[in-house]
Formats: sequence, structure tokens, C-alpha cells
Amino acid sequence: MNYRFDWSILWTGESGRWLLSGLITTLELSVLAWLLAVVLGIVSGALRTVKLWPLRAAATFYVEFFRNVPLLVWMFFWYFAVPPLLPEPIREFLLEHSLEFWAAVCALGVYSGARFSEVLRSGIQSIPRTQFEASVASGLTTLQAYRYVILPVALRLIIPPGTSESLNLLKNSSVALTISVAELTFQTRQIETYTAKAIEALTAGTVIYLVLCLSLASIMGWVERRTAIPGLITGGRRRR
Amino acid sequence: MFDALDVIWRNLPFLIVQGFLGFGSFVGGTLRLAIPAIVLGFLLGIFIGIGRLAPQPWIRIPATLYVEFFRGVPLVMVIFWMWFVVPLVLKRSIPEFGVALTAFVIFEAAYFGEIVRAGIQSVPRGQVEAATALGLSGAQTMRQVVLPQALKNMIPSLVTQIIVLFKDTSLASIIGFVDLTKAAQIVNNREIRPFPIYLFIAVVYWMCTYSMSRYARYLERRIGPA
Repeated sequence: MNYRFDWSILWTGESGRWLLSGLITTLELSVLAWLLAVVLGIVSGALRTVKLWPLRAAATFYVEFFRNVPLLVWMFFWYFAVPPLLPEPIREFLLEHSLEFWAAVCALGVYSGARFSEVLRSGIQSIPRTQFEASVASGLTTLQAYRYVILPVALRLIIPPGTSESLNLLKNSSVALTISVAELTFQTRQIETYTAKAIEALTAGTVIYLVLCLSLASIMGWVERRTAIPGLITGGRRRR
Repeated sequence: MFDALDVIWRNLPFLIVQGFLGFGSFVGGTLRLAIPAIVLGFLLGIFIGIGRLAPQPWIRIPATLYVEFFRGVPLVMVIFWMWFVVPLVLKRSIPEFGVALTAFVIFEAAYFGEIVRAGIQSVPRGQVEAATALGLSGAQTMRQVVLPQALKNMIPSLVTQIIVLFKDTSLASIIGFVDLTKAAQIVNNREIRPFPIYLFIAVVYWMCTYSMSRYARYLERRIGPA
């Protein structure tokens, strides 16, 4: 292996700026997609446990279809197939305001929403049914029972699997490079293209992803211990 | 509407035979990549899972680092690593298939390893003690007593991971491997009909993964919890 390492490419020239802007784009994309995914996940996850069957069927269709198709296909779908269907003025506006970024947010958010939904559903189902019955008996409507009794408990129960899904979302945001969103992996490739130093560039990108994932995981471990309900959840220690 | 169906119909042989199965003038095929990746990834995963539970720290610590590392890095990054590093180490260029397969096996083995570990830990301790009392060696205990039972407990999460891997093979298209997704891109560049084409391959992927998850549910019910 006669490869000459030159780590200085990471702090000379444009590299540092590129990595930073890539990191910021990755974070922006992940946060926006995460918000979309959480909303979709909570709504569809809750709908899958209600009595009314058309609502349940619609939520099931959403989850089963979007979760079971590769994210890359959704990226292409939202980027190439959806914009031509939009009305002219909206399309014009999007084309001028980084269409690829919003397509990636939709693709990642809708895809991850379906995955969050499964996590939330299992959280809701692990709460004894009597909790719901008791809240209805004490005069709450179904909506209120979900809002004040079921969801607050379920959301705490799902912190560990929710964290690992959120980290999946963060890692999956790298797929957005296929529709040329200038996120971290894209910028790593750009450094490689300009300097021909693949190992150094990839190391920088990899280390940033590792630091992001490991620090998020430890922060969420702390949150989990803080929000644990005594007696219901056995502390924050037992992680898979 | 009929026009859209016509686009799919005309390109169906290319999408399915070349893209999905991998026979044709291009190197490609979703199934041709997914099947060896699942088999080899799982085999490597067994070793990593056992390694994580080894009493010797010089086995346990590297196995743990391996798992933590690959679970903290996006697959796209690993594919690029293999793309650049494998030719450098071997000092010759490697076809896309080799690069993609290496990346998938190495990456997915970390996830399979965690499943194997959880499966082994789900086998009651008494089973190991009984096997030892009967005079079985450590390797014999593992192969003949623990792994068969662990495998049964692993089936649900194993199928979930196989589905994930199957979907992930679409990422091989970013290094030019002509799988179903890449085939759809090639067809779309010619036809410029993104909506029916991408919707069609979404349905193909969905049929495969959904039937796998149905089969897993059936298996789970038939075998029952250990």
C-alpha cells in the first residue's frame, strides 16, 4: 500500500469550511425531517390504536407502504416525481429555493415517520388497556385520554427505541447526497474530489458522524433517566 | 394512465431481469447482491455476537468496538470507504459488485452481531450449566445447545434486519451497481416519466419486504416464544 497520507488537507484550503457547512446542512435536514417524522409518527401511531377502522386502515397503509420501500427510492420519488405534479407557482418557488433540500426533508421525514409510528404504537400497546378505560370512565373523551393519559406515558416509554430511530434518521440523512443535497457525506466526497485524498476526507466525515451519534445517544440516556416514571420504568440502565 | 402503464410494460424486462435479478449486460441485480450479503453478513455476525460475550477481554473489546463503530456511521459512508480503500489495499481495481458486497457484509455484520448477542443472552443460563455438567466443551455447548435455541428466539429481529438489508441494497446504486433503483434511473433518463417508474419500483420493493414481514409474523406464531 503506497499511499501518502497528508492530513493537512483537512485544515488547509476550503476543506474546513466545506465540512462545517456540510455538518450544518446535515443537522438542518435531520432536525426538520425529525420534526415532520415525529408529528407523522405520533398521529399515525395513535390512529393505529383507535377503534374507528377507516382511520386505522389509512394509518396502517401509510406505515406499511412507506416503511417497506428503500429511502433512496423515496428520495428520487420526492425529487423527480412529485414536483411536476405541483402547481406552477409553487414549483417555480421551490426551484429557486433549493428544491433538493425540501425533497430530502419530505423523503426522510415521511419515511422515518412510518418507522416512528411503529415505535409509538408498541409504546401505546405496552400501556395497560385499563388506563384508557379508567380515563374514559372518569369522563375524559378519547382525544383527551390520549392527550393527557396515554401519550405522556407512551412517549416516556419509547425514549430508548425512539433514540435509536432518531439516530437512524441522522445517519440516513446521508442518502440525500444522491439528490445532491450538500450535506456532510456530499462535502466529504467533494474534499476527496478536489484533493484526491480519500482516506483523510472519509476519516473526517466518519469521525463527525461518530461524535454526533455517540453524544446524542449519551444525552438521550440522561433524558431517559430524568423522565423515568418511578415504578413503571426500571430506571435508565437497561438498554439493549 | 394507460400511457403510464405502457412505459412500465415496455421497460419491464430491463427493470426485472437486469435490475432485480441481475442478468443482462450490466453488473447488477438487487437479489444477486442481497442474497450473498444476507448469508455472509449473518455468518460474520454470529462470530461478532459470540465475540461480544467472550470472557476474554482481547476478543470482547474489539468485537464491542466493531459494533459500536459501524452502528454509529451511515452505510453510505462505509460504501465510500470500501470504494476507495479496497482497491488501495489490494492494489488493483475491484468490480462494483465486490465493493458493494464487502461494504454490506462488514456493515450489516455489526447489526446481525447485536441480534445474535441478544439471542444468545435469551437462552437460560441453566442450559449452559447442564451442557457443561454433561461434559460438553465450550465450543460444543455453543454449537449444539445454545445456538439452536438462540436462533429460534432471534427469528423476528433477524427477519426485520434482513428486510432492512434488502432495502439498503438500493444504496449500491450510488457506486454504479445496476440494481433495481439504478435500472429505474436508467429507464427514467430515457423516458422522463419519473412518477410511474419510481412508483412501480416502490411497489416491487414493497411486495418483497411486505411478504417477508408477513412470513416472519407467521413463523413467530407457529414457533411460539421459547
